[in-house]
Amino acid sequence: MSVQTDTGRQATAAPTASAAPAIELRGISKAFGPVQANKDISISVAKGSIHGIIGENGAGKSTLMSILYGFYKADAGHILINGQEVHIADSQEAISAGIGMVFQHFKLVENFTVLENVILGAEDGGLLKPSLAKARKLLKQLSDEYELSVDPDALIEDLSVGHQQRVEILKALYRQADILILDEPTGVLTPAEADHLFRILKGLKEQGKTIILITHKLREIMEITDTVSVMRRGEMTATVKTHETSPEQLAELMVGRKVLLRVDKKPATPGKPVVEVENLRVIDEQGVERLKGISLEVREGEILGICGVAGNGQTELLEVLGGYVNGTGTVRMNGEEIDLSGKHSNGQTRRARGIAHVPEDRHDEGLILEFQAWENMVFGYHHAPEYQKNALLMDNAGIKAMTQASMDKFDVRPPNPKLEAKSFSGGNQQKIVLAREIERNPDLLLVGQPTRGVDIGAIEFIHQQIVALRDEGKAILLVSVELDEILSLSDRIVVMFDGQIMGERLPAETNEGELGLMMAGITDTNTNGEKAQ
Amino acid sequence: MNKMPKWADAVLIPLISILLAFFFSGLVIWAIGKDPVVAIKTMVQGAFGSTSGISYTLYYATNFIFTGLAVAVAYHARLFNIGGEGQAMLGGLGVTLVCLAIPWPHWTLALPAAMIGGALFGAGWAFIPAWLQAKRGSHIVITTIMFNYIGAALLGYLLTKVLKVKGSMLTESARFPEGAHLPNFSEIFAPIGINFSPNAPANMAFFVALLCTFAFWILIWKTRLGYEIRAYGQSETAAKYAGIAPARIVIIAMLISGALAGLMAINNVMGEAERLIDNAVEGAGFIGIAVALMGRNHPIGILLASILFGFLYQGGAELSFWESIPRELVVVIQALVIMFTGALDNMVRMPLEKLFVALNRKKEA
Repeated sequence: MSVQTDTGRQATAAPTASAAPAIELRGISKAFGPVQANKDISISVAKGSIHGIIGENGAGKSTLMSILYGFYKADAGHILINGQEVHIADSQEAISAGIGMVFQHFKLVENFTVLENVILGAEDGGLLKPSLAKARKLLKQLSDEYELSVDPDALIEDLSVGHQQRVEILKALYRQADILILDEPTGVLTPAEADHLFRILKGLKEQGKTIILITHKLREIMEITDTVSVMRRGEMTATVKTHETSPEQLAELMVGRKVLLRVDKKPATPGKPVVEVENLRVIDEQGVERLKGISLEVREGEILGICGVAGNGQTELLEVLGGYVNGTGTVRMNGEEIDLSGKHSNGQTRRARGIAHVPEDRHDEGLILEFQAWENMVFGYHHAPEYQKNALLMDNAGIKAMTQASMDKFDVRPPNPKLEAKSFSGGNQQKIVLAREIERNPDLLLVGQPTRGVDIGAIEFIHQQIVALRDEGKAILLVSVELDEILSLSDRIVVMFDGQIMGERLPAETNEGELGLMMAGITDTNTNGEKAQ
Repeated sequence: MNKMPKWADAVLIPLISILLAFFFSGLVIWAIGKDPVVAIKTMVQGAFGSTSGISYTLYYATNFIFTGLAVAVAYHARLFNIGGEGQAMLGGLGVTLVCLAIPWPHWTLALPAAMIGGALFGAGWAFIPAWLQAKRGSHIVITTIMFNYIGAALLGYLLTKVLKVKGSMLTESARFPEGAHLPNFSEIFAPIGINFSPNAPANMAFFVALLCTFAFWILIWKTRLGYEIRAYGQSETAAKYAGIAPARIVIIAMLISGALAGLMAINNVMGEAERLIDNAVEGAGFIGIAVALMGRNHPIGILLASILFGFLYQGGAELSFWESIPRELVVVIQALVIMFTGALDNMVRMPLEKLFVALNRKKEA
């Protein structure tokens, strides 16, 4: 604990300091090698306000917050808390300066109770009992005050994601945080849980806490923040009052050009079924049943959207159809049954049957980050005869030429086939995967989270490509946790919960509220029951 | 271009690392009261100053090329094959059985046969750990290490009980027939007027090692199998997504690795000793790990690193012979080279990267 932070704490108590902004950053710069992650960033966040920071992936939002939380040291610039300059060298000092952070990926001990997690690292002495008692009292008080109710004795692993997030917030409050930073907090929540979170945040704000919300979702910014800062390529391009701006303007500030926020598409003209799934079940390695008898079909020229909170079986549905995991049940592709668990059930044989797969996780599955773009462009299809020079060697020169053509067509930037996949931005990586899968002219395209971690500009392009493939009469199975994406792209929507199908809706006849309830497992009486089991 | 140029990564960093290692070696030599300059001169003179020295250096290098390639093939599939030592021992057994099987009429027939024997036995010894890893999840590092000991015990048993010549006191096999004698450098280069000492050990196997280096390059970067091995090595989940069977890659990569280690026996057993002796591998299997590490698992790097370690072996032997510098100190020098080129790689890389970034900025400005 440094002297500076101590004075910072005293300033909090002093009434004269209340006019000073809770947090002020002046000229923060940070470079990682050649990459300038933050360039001369200055913001000022008023006490008791919610400030949004929005920007595309790689814009430097997380770096900035990591500097504030003491994970990185800024190359230049000053941090002021309540008008006092502080030097934050590690997270301990950030905590004593009154900063609390809720990470995108929670930092909780799974097999500890809520209470144990809350006091972890902030125990008052060698014995746990007094700390636990104190924490229990405080937790009770906080949960009454802010709708932050969590069972203090529950194990973390038994809690839903939304509750785990509350524990993270409680942890910060227990450490007497006055400034709360939340990094993409709604990524894993259902719409209802997100609404609840926003109520909590509003309650905290009323109590004088300052909140910084990092997100890439324009809707959340509009809904909850007082002021918003836009970041682009390491720079702060604008700070505006939220009620004086619009989503369109923010999107333009993020990307640097006008963006079409909705998908332009003609009504679908579905043909005969391409894939028919009956009673599909998947049991994972731990013996847990992840898919509990799914039946659906996707027809030519339509996009079937699967929505649900992450972890309710959508991943397994894609994986079993893509040949990644084994399952039981019946899957017919163009009328012919597919072997779901035999020795030859794998990605290669699926591709041979006309199934292409854009996996949810392009870093761990869709791409080999250390491989160059041309090597990735045949990944999974590397046995195809047209990529071989002779019986022994691959036609590397031919593959490079093909890659160049694909990169030009899909507007991959930079269009350099010899660049390693990890050097491309998220959107361009996704375009590489998409180009590979679409260019093989599949009958069925499985797409998981097509725009996760993809910048707005590329989202537009990716959506157009998917719709174009549909218009060619191909079947598309789309899985996404982004409700907006499901609603705007799909021709039919199926909601999954707990490995089962909760029901089917047409995008024009439903809304986020209804889908959100279904995603949470609540079936209303109108649901057509035969689909629900 | 905002990164380090390729040549700096491939040449400059290892070079600086080696110079640092030599600098600290010099300090150690100076600390025990010897003259570092004389020592380095003795080493260079001993390793490269005569045809005999060169022959020894390349003989050692040949061993390291085989074991280095063996480690590298496995490493491209992210398998850490520590068992090169045992696989090379078993390769020696395979070569011996082939060479002693019939009175070979000429080495051109004996060599291919011995190569098959050595490769098969080496691969066979790697197969068991590979199978256990692929099907049972037993960690390959543990199993290959254990198989080194089992291999040593097995060979000890065979040499004392089975292969030993009756009536002899020596724990070694019978001498190979004349027809299995591989031409050494003196016999190879005499026709073109270069005179190597007839007793020096470098032989035909060196050229086989060069061929294997080239074949390694083709395999890893030009074939489907190499593509799949690298893909699996970089990301098992991605390999699974692409439909590459993990178990198959683990087993194939380890078989190739074991075969390469086993091939080493055509150098030390067939080319040099011309009989199977106890502890014929002399730690070359472990040096292969350092060689692969230093050579960045690239064939050219492995070739150069092998020659460096050949130099350290041969020069080190000369050092202890002429300068009464203890053998242990030679091991210290080798260890320093391994430490600086392998473990402390980032120590040189980081400042150099920063330097290049700064230089590039200046150029842009």
